[in-house]
Amino acid sequence: MSGFLINADDMEAIATGGAFLGTGGGGDPYIGKLMAQAAIAEYGPVQVIDVDDVADDALCVPVCMMGAPTVMVEKLPNGQEAREALAQLEAFLGRKADALICVEAGGLNSTIPFAVASATGLPLIDGDGMGRAFPEIQMVSFTMQDVSATPMVIADEKGNSSVLNTISNVWTERLARVQTVQMGGSALVALYPMSGVEVKKSILRNTLSLIREIGQTIASEKASRRNPAEALIKRLDGKRLMTGRVVDIERRTEGGFARGTATLKGMDQDEGSTFKVHFQNEFLIALNDRDEMLAVTPDLICALDADGGLPVTTEQLRFGLAVTLIGLPCDPQWRSEAGVDLVGPGYFGYAQTYVPLEELPNGN
Amino acid sequence: MLRLGIDVGGTNTDAVIMRGREVLSGFKASTTQDVTSGVVEALEGAISKAGADRAEIGNVMIGTTHFTNAVIERKHINPVAAIRLGLPATACLPPMVDWPDDLREAVGNHGYLVRGGYEFDGREIAPLDEEEIDRIGDDINTRKIKVAAISSVFSPINQAMETAARDRLLQKCPDVSVVLSSDIGRIGLLERESAAIMNASLLALSDRTVEAFAEALKSAGLTCPFYITQNDGTLMAADMVRRFPVLTFASGPTNSMRGAAFLTGERDGIVVDIGGTTTDVGALQHGFPRQAATVVDIGGVRTNFRMPDVFSIGLGGGSLVRRNADGDITVGPQSVGYRITSEALVFGGDTMTATDIAIARGEADFGDRAAVAGIDTATLDGARAAMTGMLERAVERSRISPEPIPVIAVGGGSILMPDQLGDLKVIRPENFAVANAVGAAIAQISGEVDRIFSLENGLTRDICLKQAEEEATKKAVESGAVAETIETIEREDVPLAYLPGNATRIHVKVVGEMGGLDA
Repeated sequence: MSGFLINADDMEAIATGGAFLGTGGGGDPYIGKLMAQAAIAEYGPVQVIDVDDVADDALCVPVCMMGAPTVMVEKLPNGQEAREALAQLEAFLGRKADALICVEAGGLNSTIPFAVASATGLPLIDGDGMGRAFPEIQMVSFTMQDVSATPMVIADEKGNSSVLNTISNVWTERLARVQTVQMGGSALVALYPMSGVEVKKSILRNTLSLIREIGQTIASEKASRRNPAEALIKRLDGKRLMTGRVVDIERRTEGGFARGTATLKGMDQDEGSTFKVHFQNEFLIALNDRDEMLAVTPDLICALDADGGLPVTTEQLRFGLAVTLIGLPCDPQWRSEAGVDLVGPGYFGYAQTYVPLEELPNGN
Repeated sequence: MLRLGIDVGGTNTDAVIMRGREVLSGFKASTTQDVTSGVVEALEGAISKAGADRAEIGNVMIGTTHFTNAVIERKHINPVAAIRLGLPATACLPPMVDWPDDLREAVGNHGYLVRGGYEFDGREIAPLDEEEIDRIGDDINTRKIKVAAISSVFSPINQAMETAARDRLLQKCPDVSVVLSSDIGRIGLLERESAAIMNASLLALSDRTVEAFAEALKSAGLTCPFYITQNDGTLMAADMVRRFPVLTFASGPTNSMRGAAFLTGERDGIVVDIGGTTTDVGALQHGFPRQAATVVDIGGVRTNFRMPDVFSIGLGGGSLVRRNADGDITVGPQSVGYRITSEALVFGGDTMTATDIAIARGEADFGDRAAVAGIDTATLDGARAAMTGMLERAVERSRISPEPIPVIAVGGGSILMPDQLGDLKVIRPENFAVANAVGAAIAQISGEVDRIFSLENGLTRDICLKQAEEEATKKAVESGAVAETIETIEREDVPLAYLPGNATRIHVKVVGEMGGLDA
């Protein structure tokens, strides 16, 4: 058996690393960190296990929060919703879950499953369905391997819940999104119930170890008074896209999403250049002066506060803020034709076609 | 018309008299236990130095770090009943969950969760549980708690439930002072609630302190209105501070940076404020302090106030100068603090301080220079190099571009600053020692709106932004700003992700000059 224990103190690194791989979206993991720390204080540490140690016939269930990050910082959960969703899914399936999974290794949903794992005593599998954060339910590696998102249970803090059965994971997203809004803009869900065999085939491996390591790197680099950008780029095979100050931020609502564009004026080695980064909750495309792509979804565009060195979410972007954008290669699954169809620039309505990060120009 | 600016710090109380944009006089006194006598000494000193007619003083502006220091030192804070309206939501993270243990104990750790609160769109999560409020009222009476903070989920979009809970509570506990979170903060329940609780815990102190200010002004024969500066360098009426002391939390560094900008005429630069024990370094952008990007901790509590991005190092006029085991000279972080006037060598004491080094090297001239004549050259050079290194690193950290922007040295300890730091030129304005009081004297008046708007029924983003700006302007004018001088300094809208109905959060802040600056 390989694996490791996560204590309350380890959640700091998980939250910081989760904010970094959140690529600007997925919500601030601070609330999730506090929930996990409260649960661990009451129920004990979380066992994170390697996916190869999961029995082939085990029932494995991802749990996550769904909704608007802005709502989640105000209407905090009561802490029972996710367990309730899981319990109802177990009742529907007629068997108990054996292990939990993180849907995304970024944002709030990289921390909330730790709270559920601690409270239920179930182990959490080291991996996730995105290797980053994405905005919609179907945007997971599980979809790529034909795992159905349903039966799924969605639950709110008032005691409302429902079981969804849908014909496709896109339909799950549509129907669950409407219910989330009615439930007050945020809800907890248990979905993608799958066997150990299916998990081994579809999960993106070791991403929880990775976000912990990223969080530890950011903390130790900051303690040594260095900006963590260089160390992270080296460790994650990424590249520095640009460093600049936000000079304009345009946000608009389209189809129920926060879309927008930040314009950044280059600093340091990028002095004299202007850059744009487009986002839909997450950062999706970074462009230089000549509108050449520097990085594009599904590759990751991560932002660090250029002064303080901490990850920055799209909601925190504001006039005058200095950020360093870092590009990271996504999991190879996303670079397949099916992967690009699911989460590439075309799905989000951009005219550009996907080009791997490695083949794109550096800065200007 | 004259303006009197006063800065009440932990160690010193400074006062300046200004006519229009001219500083007529500045005076430094020691901060006293009762606050009043220190303020009286400083303002009388400034008035007599300027030869001012006190009948001509039309406005008094006070900056103070009193309330920040109380939280940081866990002193003078009172137990609070922290009441949250939000069940069945929010139960997993009760009030003060992320506070340091000693501060939570200092405010009594009385958290109450009640059914109530709103959804993002204004629907009720649950109706307010009034019987529960009654039970809490009984408990508050039993425990003899004198102040309460009430925070409802999404109260920034609708204050009604917090107001209703307060009215109900006052029926049971008519003498309890109640703080509503919607009066203090914006979206972000934990941060807003924490600010409300800290505010409630400081109400008694703010009452005493504002009273002490009023007492000092009265005994000096000043009857004009007085204002207190808040976090962003704008003014609040003294009675507002009585109710909202937390809004002054960052006013110290803000005032010194705004004062430095005013005294030098520079709009962009690095401001280095050297006091007795610490040095605060921050950046000026377009004449305003650069704000911190993310959330700011006050005494270990996460808040979402906009505050200047200030970096502190342990270097000041009273910093101890020592030789360590390797023979290297170190300066600080330990300091003799306000005891410098008796313990430094140049003042007849027997402790070698950073100030002694500056005097011995001829960089400043006061005290008894003969007392430092015996310090050897190696110590002098080593200490100088150590101080310059510390200042250079701190300035580099705050520097935002390779452009040669000026470094502005202010504060009583700024004699420690060399004339040049790396490639940057150091400016030392006249009246550098009282820059904080000048910053208070020139503070502006603001108005702010931060709320979620629904872009439906013909309402567009532009209409809502305009509406928010008009509301903010109205608030500023009501607080005393001159309408013609008002400009918008913050204007942002954040659509709520994933939600149809185009809910959008709009935040607008406007500032204007207080009447009389150009008189």
